[in-house]
Amino acid sequence: MSDDHGSSVISAQVRHVESLLESRGLLDAGEIDTRIDEFLAGGSPANGARIVARAWVDPGFAERLLADANSAIREVGLSMAGGLQEQRLKVVANTEGEHNVVVCTLCSCYPIALLGPSPSWYKSEAYRSRVVRDPRGVLAEFGLELPAGTSIAVWDASAESRYMVLPRRPDGTEGLAEDELAARVTRKGLIGTAAV
Amino acid sequence: MSRVNDVGGMSGFPAVIEEPDEPPFHSDWEAHVFALNGALIRRGVYNLDEFRDAQERLPVQEYLAASYYERWFAAITTLLREKGVVAGEELELPDEH
Repeated sequence: MSDDHGSSVISAQVRHVESLLESRGLLDAGEIDTRIDEFLAGGSPANGARIVARAWVDPGFAERLLADANSAIREVGLSMAGGLQEQRLKVVANTEGEHNVVVCTLCSCYPIALLGPSPSWYKSEAYRSRVVRDPRGVLAEFGLELPAGTSIAVWDASAESRYMVLPRRPDGTEGLAEDELAARVTRKGLIGTAAV
Repeated sequence: MSRVNDVGGMSGFPAVIEEPDEPPFHSDWEAHVFALNGALIRRGVYNLDEFRDAQERLPVQEYLAASYYERWFAAITTLLREKGVVAGEELELPDEH
């Protein structure tokens, strides 16, 4: 890679800061590795998919989810309180006439507990700047061509508020079990840059 | 007054590029920066809002030229310096002199 040198310089700088902080008692040896492992073992889009599948099979849950997502997701053993601070969660449902898509125009706010680490495109200036001005065009770049009659709502996440999309249940999935339905849900579907 | 990070609606940025099968971190140092930030916030060295602010007030050229986790690292070192946890010269690599 062309940035190997730059990468090795910043690697050395990061290690240097870590050892400075260890010498001041602000970081324990091994703490960084433990935190990385915990993070990677934590949130994943499978969590969000589980919420969606439950909402598809249980209309009562779907109603509670749309009314108060922070409480409803506790029913499936999930929480928005596991990070550095509890974040408000709003789940927005796609319908025949309206599609939802999520962005954080200011930085990269994202429901990590439900979706895992965010993709680089979500954090890019290209996505953040353009999806609020031309959502239909940006969604088309993702391969999602919406009918002209479908309106698009763009939700801008903030430090305290996070959003997740509840996609529409695909046709022909009536016979599927809840875990099979969850397997159909993608990370992009939960952000709104794919249909499911 | 808007700052450089406030790009919503700004024109001129290119098409969105997706990276197939993207890993959570592209280098070990990125994961270390991520974890380091969490450790410092949990210890109360600074809070999450201070961390965001420190990124958003990076010099504009530096902000735009930096990668996502380079911004994080720049914000962390800015705050460590401003909070008096480390002196500026301590942050420099010994072999840079």
